[in-house]
Amino acid sequence: MLNFAAALPGAVVTVAGAEKPPLIPYIPELIFGFVMVGIVYVVVSRKVVPNIERAYEERRAAIEGGMQQAEEAQAAAAAALQSYEAQLADARAEANAIREQAREEGASIIADMRNQANAEASRITESAKRQIEAERQQAVVQLRQEVGAMSTALASKIVGESLEDEVRQKGIVDRFLAELESGAVTPEKVGSQPGEATGADL
Amino acid sequence: MILAYAPQAASLPMVSGDEFVPPGPEIFYLPLIGEGEWAITEQMVWGGVSVVIICTALLMLTRNLSIVPSKSQFLLEGFYNFTRNGIARDMIGSKDFLRFVPLLFSLFTLILLNNWYGVLPPVMNPTYGRIGFAIAATVVVYVVYHWIGFKRYGFTGYFGHMIPEGLPGFIKPVIFPLELITYFITRPLTLALRLFGNMFAGHILIVLFVSAGAYFLTQDVVFKLLAVPTFLMAAIMWLFEALIQALQAYVFTLLSASYIAGALAEEH
Repeated sequence: MLNFAAALPGAVVTVAGAEKPPLIPYIPELIFGFVMVGIVYVVVSRKVVPNIERAYEERRAAIEGGMQQAEEAQAAAAAALQSYEAQLADARAEANAIREQAREEGASIIADMRNQANAEASRITESAKRQIEAERQQAVVQLRQEVGAMSTALASKIVGESLEDEVRQKGIVDRFLAELESGAVTPEKVGSQPGEATGADL
Repeated sequence: MILAYAPQAASLPMVSGDEFVPPGPEIFYLPLIGEGEWAITEQMVWGGVSVVIICTALLMLTRNLSIVPSKSQFLLEGFYNFTRNGIARDMIGSKDFLRFVPLLFSLFTLILLNNWYGVLPPVMNPTYGRIGFAIAATVVVYVVYHWIGFKRYGFTGYFGHMIPEGLPGFIKPVIFPLELITYFITRPLTLALRLFGNMFAGHILIVLFVSAGAYFLTQDVVFKLLAVPTFLMAAIMWLFEALIQALQAYVFTLLSASYIAGALAEEH
């Protein structure tokens, strides 16, 4: 408001006619109004708007470039994913095949082993049987000899002389035992122990 | 109030003795340098200052624009986009609007700052309260929209373009003079007078309340008390005017864009 007061003397000393009704334009102001619009327009249209629009254009290009990059990256990622999935499927199939093969191999190994074990077992059984048979034979032979010796000894004690040479010569004991086995001679009960021994074991 | 002109009352509102002289149109005539028909007025000086401020600020702000905006660039872009997208593109359409953005942006910044002079110390006087400035801005718009209209449709074609399409033949002779008046008289007249009248009346209102308050202070106690609501009213008008001034800058630019769009439009 103060500037009105400052300008007051100017207004008061105005030459009549310079101050016009408010709707009549004051010519210097009209001209200067054009000048103001013109200067601002020149600056804005030459510098300001081109600068801003260029920045907008650059931004748009940058965003579009960024979007293109992102799309490319996405496509690459998709391709990688696809190849990984394919690899994974391959690996899975391979694993299945290996597992199947392993199962088959395992089964055949187990079958082999079983056969082998069976064979081994039967072989062991066989040899054991043979050994037992041999031992039994041996035991029979030995027993026979011992029984013969004992019975000879017993008989010698009973008869009072050695029958050994004679026994050996004539095979009396063998014959006796053969008769016992064939059932031609019924063992008589002399004592509990000899009777049991002869009857049970032979 | 605009037409109530009294050449003999060539004095500013002031407290002169016991008599209160309300502010009149004469408060707008403020010759600063020289006198008479070619005196340089205060409004011209401040208008020149506004041009310097606007050009300097815009050149500095747009010198180093980057893709990722700084805070000041962000604000500048918001301000620029208000005219570019909010006014030019919406009114003219995305095909042609870009070549009118410099003009509309220039008008908007210039009118906005000069209108806000009305509430900004130390100026406190809206430049466009002088009708010469308003006429100048309007003539620029007037020439531009007729020029592009003639250029696009040819001399006779432009006149034909003024008649809205789809009208029955017998109405056209009636509508044509009306449209002619609208295009050549009503539009420029209202554009200039709206801007000028709002600034003029708003400034007078503020001056009235302030000078009345100042006058009350010189009177009795009762009147001194009255000065309080009067100054309060001046403050309210000050805020109100700040709004009106921005709004008028917007309206002027919006209507300019609308007239340009009308001259360019394929059909109404």
